[in-house]
Amino acid sequence: MILLQLYLAFVKMGFFSIGGGYVMLSLIEKEIINVRGWLTSAEFVDVLAISEMTPGPIAINSATFIGYRVAGVLGSAAATIGVITPSLLLVLLAATLLKRFYQNTWVQAVFSGLRPAVIGLIAGAAIFITRTTLINVPSVIIALGAFILLIFTRLHPILVLTLSALAGISYQYIF
Amino acid sequence: MKNNSLLQLFFTFLKIGATTFGGGYAMLPIIKREVVEKFSWLSDEEFVDVLAVTQSIPGAVAVNSAIFIGYKICGLAGAIISMLGAVLPSFIVILIIAIFLARFTEYKLVQAAFSGIRPAIAALIAAAVLKVGKPVMKERLNLMLALLFLVLSAVLNMHAILVILSGGLVGLIRHYRQTKKECEADTE
Repeated sequence: MILLQLYLAFVKMGFFSIGGGYVMLSLIEKEIINVRGWLTSAEFVDVLAISEMTPGPIAINSATFIGYRVAGVLGSAAATIGVITPSLLLVLLAATLLKRFYQNTWVQAVFSGLRPAVIGLIAGAAIFITRTTLINVPSVIIALGAFILLIFTRLHPILVLTLSALAGISYQYIF
Repeated sequence: MKNNSLLQLFFTFLKIGATTFGGGYAMLPIIKREVVEKFSWLSDEEFVDVLAVTQSIPGAVAVNSAIFIGYKICGLAGAIISMLGAVLPSFIVILIIAIFLARFTEYKLVQAAFSGIRPAIAALIAAAVLKVGKPVMKERLNLMLALLFLVLSAVLNMHAILVILSGGLVGLIRHYRQTKKECEADTE
């Protein structure tokens, strides 16, 4: 039955997508395009573009899109529930364990080392994305403006995001 | 009271899910604003710890943190409600696009909006480094360690999981040496 197959395929991919959405993409390429033939490579490029331009994690976006292509609305539900099943199980397990052991001095020691590692990772991502998205003068201006608003004002980040979208629109339509 | 916080969890993560562009890190300033500053569900340091845990687990960081924080505030019901909140916006938006707007990415207005959103995502992630990092960087050694991990991940392309594992190891070694020192001081 196709719904069950979709569900299980995305459960499997969900389990292996450690380290963010982009890992998921290579899994999709193998499992969905090469092995099962549910999507063509050209459609895959569409999925990527759409995922980038819509809110939400890439894993959820691509599961919903591919599920719909394969088996309609029910298919998109099956694939999306599939991809979040591993997260739900593993995070609940981790949360339960942490609740019991968070105060333990050795666990606290591990976390004291994890904190700078997490910051280092975010900084690495910031450098990577700055290099790939700040490609012309308007993009540099928008990024700098958004950064200043985020750091020096109490404006909500969502408002800053909206203002940046409006800045992009007005730039494109004025010039 | 409990129903009240379930609703709050749902709408908070719905809001976060609806405004998360460009992958996990860009939403950190938004999550932090809601979860730490507005509702005080987590302290500054707990927030970084949640990130460390949810990054080490398969799945999207946004969804994982929704489940983790939901569980912490309201148990299993909180976990499921928060997860639904985080997932529903992208599910609905993608479904609408898949059904009606196959050429969505070719619209001029959408492309124009995105020429503004893309650089804002870079700014959000850069701001996340400062906002999430501030409580951690108060200690000088942590600042040096963060720089070291930055080099490992950005220059040497070390996988995120390996960076996190080595962070945990550094923490254990520091603690071991400290306890050893204290023991030796006690026996003297």
